[in-house]
Amino acid sequence: MHKLFKLAVLGLSTALAIAGPARAADAPDPANWQAVLDSAKGETVYWNAWGGSQNVNDYIDWAGRQVKARYGVTIREVKVDDTANAVAKVVAEKAAGKNESGSVDLVWINGENFVDMKDKGLLMSPGWATKLPNWKYVAFKQNPTITTDFNTPTDGLESPWGNAKLVFFYDSARTDAKDLPKDTDGLLRWAKAHPGRFSYPAPPDFIGSSFLKQVLYEHIGDTSKLYKPVNDATFEQDVKPLFTYLDALKPYLWRKGADYPENYPDMKRKLADGELGIIFAFNPSEASSAIENGELPDTVRSFTFPGGTLGNTHFVAIPYNANAKAGALVVANFLISPEAQLHKQDPQYWGDPTVLAMDKLSEKERRKFADLDLGAATLPPSELGPVIPEPDASWTTRIEAAWKKRYGTAR
Amino acid sequence: MEEALRHGPLSARPPPAAAMRWTRLAPGLTLAVLVAPLAFGLAFTALPAFGYLPALGGHVVSLRYFAAFFTMPGIVRSIALALGIGLATGGISFLLVVLFVAGWAGTPAFARLQRGLSPLLAVPHAAAAFGLAFLVAPSGFLMRLASPWLTGLTRPPDWLIVHDPLGITMTVGMIVKEAPFLFLVSLAALPQLKLVETRRLAASLGYGRIAGFAYLLAPALYGQIRLAVFAVIAYSASVVDVAAILGPTLPAPLPVRLLSWMNEANLSMRFVASAGALVQFALVLAALALWLAGERLVGGGSALLRACGVRFRRDRWLRFLSFGLVVLCAAAVFTGLALLALWSLAGLWQFPDALPQVFWLKTWQRQLSEIAAPFATTLVTALVATAIALALTVACLAREDETGRTGGRRALLLVYLPLLVPQISFVFGLQVLSLLTGIDASLAGLVFVHLIFVLPYVFLSLSDPWRAFDPRYAVVASGLGLSRGAIFRRVRLPMLARAVLTAAAVGFAVSVAQYLPTVLIGAGRLTTITTEAVALASGGNARVIGVYAFLQAILPFLGFAIASLVPALLFRNRRALRT
Amino acid sequence: MTAMHKGLWLRDVAIDLAGVRLIALDAEVAPGAVLTVMGPSGSGKSTLLAFIGGFLDPVFTARGEARVDGVDLTALPAEERRAGILFQDPLLFPHLSVAANVAFAIPRHEKGRSRRRAIAEAALGEVGLADFAARDPATLSGGQKARVALMRTLVSHPRLLLLDEPFSKLDATLRGHMRSLVFDRARAAGLPVVLVTHDKADAEAAGGACVRIGDDA
Repeated sequence: MHKLFKLAVLGLSTALAIAGPARAADAPDPANWQAVLDSAKGETVYWNAWGGSQNVNDYIDWAGRQVKARYGVTIREVKVDDTANAVAKVVAEKAAGKNESGSVDLVWINGENFVDMKDKGLLMSPGWATKLPNWKYVAFKQNPTITTDFNTPTDGLESPWGNAKLVFFYDSARTDAKDLPKDTDGLLRWAKAHPGRFSYPAPPDFIGSSFLKQVLYEHIGDTSKLYKPVNDATFEQDVKPLFTYLDALKPYLWRKGADYPENYPDMKRKLADGELGIIFAFNPSEASSAIENGELPDTVRSFTFPGGTLGNTHFVAIPYNANAKAGALVVANFLISPEAQLHKQDPQYWGDPTVLAMDKLSEKERRKFADLDLGAATLPPSELGPVIPEPDASWTTRIEAAWKKRYGTAR
Repeated sequence: MEEALRHGPLSARPPPAAAMRWTRLAPGLTLAVLVAPLAFGLAFTALPAFGYLPALGGHVVSLRYFAAFFTMPGIVRSIALALGIGLATGGISFLLVVLFVAGWAGTPAFARLQRGLSPLLAVPHAAAAFGLAFLVAPSGFLMRLASPWLTGLTRPPDWLIVHDPLGITMTVGMIVKEAPFLFLVSLAALPQLKLVETRRLAASLGYGRIAGFAYLLAPALYGQIRLAVFAVIAYSASVVDVAAILGPTLPAPLPVRLLSWMNEANLSMRFVASAGALVQFALVLAALALWLAGERLVGGGSALLRACGVRFRRDRWLRFLSFGLVVLCAAAVFTGLALLALWSLAGLWQFPDALPQVFWLKTWQRQLSEIAAPFATTLVTALVATAIALALTVACLAREDETGRTGGRRALLLVYLPLLVPQISFVFGLQVLSLLTGIDASLAGLVFVHLIFVLPYVFLSLSDPWRAFDPRYAVVASGLGLSRGAIFRRVRLPMLARAVLTAAAVGFAVSVAQYLPTVLIGAGRLTTITTEAVALASGGNARVIGVYAFLQAILPFLGFAIASLVPALLFRNRRALRT
Repeated sequence: MTAMHKGLWLRDVAIDLAGVRLIALDAEVAPGAVLTVMGPSGSGKSTLLAFIGGFLDPVFTARGEARVDGVDLTALPAEERRAGILFQDPLLFPHLSVAANVAFAIPRHEKGRSRRRAIAEAALGEVGLADFAARDPATLSGGQKARVALMRTLVSHPRLLLLDEPFSKLDATLRGHMRSLVFDRARAAGLPVVLVTHDKADAEAAGGACVRIGDDA
């Protein structure tokens, strides 16, 4: 039996070895784009992306069909429920000495996960994003979050994909617009008046964490602290107002905080059924897009806080040991093409705001962007209110851990 | 000697011919497939659990990761949840099945329900769980049906039903799937009990139907299905997909937390997760030990009642209760599946509307190109794993015919082994092994890990009809000059076509439903309908969940449909092969 | 007595189970004649048929020879012994039609589908079942099945017939009819027959030698 098993293992490993990727290319140089295109042809790009939103999955599927037809690059979306899972794979591969032919080729990323990968040297370098042919369209001058991600310079180690801003939604058929809150304190009052009709996804879901940061920003007093790494000595004190707020909120939360929504698509469903009265997302067109897909009634409208809400940019990055680096570059470049960005901003598909600068586009392309029907549920850019930049990435990690410790095991 | 004589002097086989000797390898190979991954997997889970895994920076053997494990917040509760859900599912499912069989076996109602319950086995756990969630959630179908005319509600009530902290909904979700499994295993054991005679005897002595069964037949029945009950307890205590869909969240049952720790960027959490996977193993052993203690208690109690001559004559209510609950289980699953189909076709469908305002094919149209790859992986993996399992099983059974020896109880235990050891405890180790060897996720690896779970079910499903085959047919055929190979091809396989195809359908269904092994070995690069469906659970888009979960449920059904249609067509003029 | 003489010669046959002798036999059966082996159920009388046919379970140990027309069957694998066997159940293959059951037994040297089919139909005709060729065996009566089983055995050109209580499941009138049919056919084909039974009437109808075993068991 031992011999047999050895045989079986041998056979299996041979089969695996044949099936597994064998070639390891040197980092391709985006300055020589033709060479990148040549070596990308026939590659399969395993793109690790948060898979919780169907719009996004559909969009990735669409992008896959485009790059397949144009560049012969195959995209396989690897759905993760937290970007940290993708980081974990690369970390483990590095520890195990697997410095090439890694299992992650492209990762949808920003904030603390980007900083984590950058600090650990897990990203393909030197910086490549600014050398992509389509970089010329990117609004990096108008929009500082494209080059500074959660207080950390991107250094071209990740390529922008879309813009995000915290926006709130309500169903005008069920909730009176007059009562809508204008800041998080107003939100607490609204929740007290409507028990069980508000909640937030349990961190480390990024929307849930963003809500905590919004509350913290409004209550910390000295907001400049947030744009420096966490100070261990004062952390407890700094986040005290946040947890005072959350403690006050908890009895009025949906299910009294004994359970939390999974993420923002889950909150969308609960808004449709009237379980929740106010929800929020990082995409101003989320509601328009959801109405289009039958997920929300057409009576849903959006609002923001006059004092501003969190905003950031989300990116794609390539791990240092990616197997299909050239293919990943081709995909990253396609994602910032005017065509891909236009498709993405269309609420029919996703509705995620572009990272491109309108003045860098041709007249024709500009008109296409201007002609997009954003729908009644989407606020025009002029009414989106000020953007609060993301705090330093260390805050995200620390308040997530503190939240888990405090509320992670209900009752 | 008497036994050998009763058994008869016939062996179904002519003297060994060189051509079929390869079957000699089959038992060993099968054993290797069942046991070796378990042994290797557990070993490579144990190494990091004790801190030793140089590739990930663990050089010192210590207990610190166990210590770290036990300081995780809410860990005791997570352990208790897994233990409680496992025992509750096993106990309630078993009780339900025994009461139902005791009260109804041999009646026309039983035969009808039997046909209705068999397809339940084909429904993957995840699909059943989704269906149940769509049914019983505060915003679910039942509440919609009753609102607002009865409840007065236009918004769902703020009740914690799905994800309830005690795991009650999750336990119900497990029972609706595990009770049919135990029921079908019991059905296979029933012919060996003298049911009708015993019932008449018990009735003539004044015992109620259930009491008579409990005193006279239940011990024999239990002996036959005991391993299956163990498997139910082990599986329910270790399940991940149903726990993610219906289970408690703050904190979740242990297996769910282990899987999430495995995915954390902080590598030391993998060591903690490995330590936890061993705790999970111990937890299942503890659950089984508690069950064994319960066995004695119940056995003693029953003996006491019997000794006192308690007849429990008025058991009508209990019989009807068990009947009602079984019907309820089936109804819940089938309604759930219908809801999945409904959601996949729904446009806007707000509470409290009983039906969607709009029906459309948009969701299906949008999903088609995304489904293609996982669908193909599901199909190929299931077909290949089933084919291998079938070949090994048939070869083992053919070898049994040659030697005239069955493996007996010990072999049965080995077959059940992969169903008793928690998946998470050894598939973790297999994943570590693949990391160490630098082997990437591949179809071959996925097929192999599915095979571990497909093989037992195929074997259990095929061995009884195979052994029941009358060896005199082979004797007659060999007297007519047929070689052994020809007898196998031209007599045995056609006559057992239905049993072989049913076993294949069972294997196919098991493969389609695999979640944890697929997630761990497929590493996200190889996805199946099941892993996609569970990944979408967090997405909350009921329409897309509907598409995936419906597909997930329909695939095994198709398998069973083919398994019953092909022989029906092939043998449409052969009465003896149609039933 | 030479090794080349016609018929079945059981030479020094002894069958043991776990050191206990079940059968010890030395007998000759002329072509067309019947050797009846009688004994209560459980006496191991069927082991003799299994020994001759070549499918004795390995828990039994057997020695001796079974020669037919000078050929030692025990030296051959079961499928080359051409030992036609009839059990108390007709054991028609349920997946084949009546004619296909018979055709299944026709030796390979008869080539061509239509020729083999004609042989099968002729054989069925001989026992009055010509119209049943295309039928599902499951739709036949017990007597009809028994006749098909007999013809299936005969068209395979067996060297001898082994009968394992073949009449015990038939009702009284059918039983007499089947007995004479089987023995007439065997006599016509010149086949030596070994009949295992616990029914005295069987032995009387067979008319040949009778061996009793296991009476003391």
